[in-house]
Amino acid sequence: MTDTANRDGQSPAKALDADTVRRVAEGKHADRSRLRRFFRDHRPAVGSFVVLVVMLACFFVGNPEVFSQWNMYRAVLIGLPVVLFVVVPLVYVVTVGEIDLSFPATIGMAGWVFALVVQAGYDPFLGIIAAVLTGLVLGLCVGWLVVYANLSSLIATLGMNFMLRGLIQINTEGKSIALVGLPKTLTFQIFGGQFFGIPVQVLWALLFVAICSFIYNRHRFGVHVHMVGDNPDAAQQMGINVKLVRLKTFAFVGLGAALAGVAAVMINYTWWPTSGDGYLLPALASVFVGGTAPWGGIGTIIGSAIGSFTVSFIQSGVVGAGLSGFYVQFFYGLIIILSLLGHRWNQVRYR
Amino acid sequence: MQNRIIELKDIKKSYGQVYALGGVDLHVDQGEVVGLVGDNGAGKSTLIKILAGAVRPTTGEILVRGEPVSNWNAGRSREAGIETVFQDRALAVQQTIIWNIFMGRELVGPLGFLKVRKQREEAERLMREIGFTSKVFGPSSIVGQLSGGERQGVAIARAMYNQSDLIILDEPTTALSLTETAKVFHFVRQARAAGRSILFIGHNIHHVFDISDRFVVLDRGRVALQASKAELGSAEALVRFMEELAHPGGAGVQSTGGTV
Repeated sequence: MTDTANRDGQSPAKALDADTVRRVAEGKHADRSRLRRFFRDHRPAVGSFVVLVVMLACFFVGNPEVFSQWNMYRAVLIGLPVVLFVVVPLVYVVTVGEIDLSFPATIGMAGWVFALVVQAGYDPFLGIIAAVLTGLVLGLCVGWLVVYANLSSLIATLGMNFMLRGLIQINTEGKSIALVGLPKTLTFQIFGGQFFGIPVQVLWALLFVAICSFIYNRHRFGVHVHMVGDNPDAAQQMGINVKLVRLKTFAFVGLGAALAGVAAVMINYTWWPTSGDGYLLPALASVFVGGTAPWGGIGTIIGSAIGSFTVSFIQSGVVGAGLSGFYVQFFYGLIIILSLLGHRWNQVRYR
Repeated sequence: MQNRIIELKDIKKSYGQVYALGGVDLHVDQGEVVGLVGDNGAGKSTLIKILAGAVRPTTGEILVRGEPVSNWNAGRSREAGIETVFQDRALAVQQTIIWNIFMGRELVGPLGFLKVRKQREEAERLMREIGFTSKVFGPSSIVGQLSGGERQGVAIARAMYNQSDLIILDEPTTALSLTETAKVFHFVRQARAAGRSILFIGHNIHHVFDISDRFVVLDRGRVALQASKAELGSAEALVRFMEELAHPGGAGVQSTGGTV
C-alpha cells in the first residue's frame, strides 16, 4: 500500500525531468540565439514558405524555360490582391474560432456598388468608400446572425452567401457592368495601375497584409482575437467582451471582401454578377495552407499570405509545367493535403 | 488586529427557503494564509462568490480594512484588492505567459498597441515575486508547455498583478501530483513573504494543513471551527474533527481509514 503511494508520488517527478530534457532538446527554453527564436516564433509561416519554395522548385524542374519568365509570375500577381484582401480577415475569423463563407457574395455586392457609383459618373474614390461601407454593413449583418442570434457560423454564412448572390442575380438579371472610363481616372492610376511592371494593387495588398499582421500580433484587438479563440470562457471571466470581438472579426471580413470586390473590378474594368464566386475555396484553402490552425486560438497572417500565393500559383504552374488542365484540381488537393500534414507535424496543439 | 484586510460579519445567504450560509464570520489579515475547508455543500463556493462580489449576501456586514462597505459587488471587491483564481485557472493555453498575465487588461499605448517591453518587465517582476523562475522557460513561453503546477503559477502571478492584497485560490492543488503541489505551495509561500494574503480552499486536508497559518472549517453554512496551526497541532486533529462533523459519534470506526 505504502509502496504504491511512494511510486505514485515519485513517477511524476521523473516524468517532469524527462519532460524538461525534451523541452531543452527541442529548443523551447529561453532562447539565446536570435535566429532560433525567429524560427520558433514563426514556425507555421516558415513552414508555408517552405511549401511554396518546394512547389516552385518542382515546377521549375518540370519546365525551366517557362518558369524563368517574369510574365509567368506577373499573371499570378494580378489576381493575387483579390485573394489577399479576403484571406487576411479570414485568418482573424478562423483564429476567433468561427468561419465565414459569405465573403464571395460580399465581394460581388461591394463590387456592384462600386460599379454603380462609377457608372453614375462619380469619382471611383467615392465608389471605393461606398463599397467599403457596403462590406462593413454586410459583415455586421452576418456577424449579428452568428454572434447575437447564435446561429452556427458555418451554416449562417453559407446561407447569407446564397441569399446575397441571389439578390444580385434578381436585380441584374445576369447583366454585367463595363466601366470604360475607369482606367483614365487618377484614382485608378493610384490603386490599379502598374509600377515598373508590377501591378500596383499587389503593393496595396502587401501593405494591407503588413498592417493587419501588426494588428494581429501587437494590438489589443489582435490579442483579444487570440484569447477568444483559445478560451472564450477565460476571456469572458477576465473582462473581454467576447461577443463584440467576434462581431468585429465578421465586420472585418466584410471590409476585406469589399476591397477585394473593388480590386476584382479594377482588373478588367468590368463587374460581373458572378464576381467573387470563384474565390470561395481557394481563399479558404489559402488560410490553412498558410499555417493557421483550424481549431482557433493561433494563426499567422504572413504565412497565410504566402499560402495565398501558393494556391494562386497552382493553376498557372500546372499548365505551365506542361500538364493538361485536367491535372489542376488534383494538384490543388495534393498541395492542400500535403501542407496540412506538414503543419500538423510542425506545430503542437496544446490543451 | 492591525492590517485586517477584510472581515465578514454574520453573513447569511439564502436561496429561497434554503440557507447556503447561516451567519458566517470570517476575517483575513495581511500576510497570512487562511485555509478554508468543508465538505461539499458546506457553503465554501457561496462564500468565495460573496468575497469576489459575484453573489450578494442576504444579510450581513462586510468591512474592508475596518471600514464597512455598502453595495458590495465585483467592482468593490477588486477595489479592495481581492483577486480570485478560479478552479479551472481560466488560462489561454496556446498563448504566452505574458499574454495570459495581462489577459483583458493589456498595457497599451494611446492607439491600442501593446507596450511589449513594459509588459515583459512587469511579467518578469511578478514571476520573480512568487519564485516562478526557470531556465527552461521564460515569460514568452507558451502556457501549454507548462506543467499543471506551473500553470497554477501563471494564474497566481496574474492574480497578483494590480497590487492585490488577498488572493483566493479555489482548490489549486486538485488533480496535481506531489511535485506539482509542492510548486504551488512554493508560489503561495513566496506571495505571503511578499506581504500578500491568501485564502486557500481545498479538499485535501493535508495539503491545506501544510500551507495554512489558520483554519476555518465550514459545515452546513456555519463556521464549525476557527483555529490556528498551533492550536490544532497536527493535520490528524483536523481530519478527526472533520470526520466527527460528518459522522457524529461514529468517528472511532471511521478514523482509522482517514488518518493514514
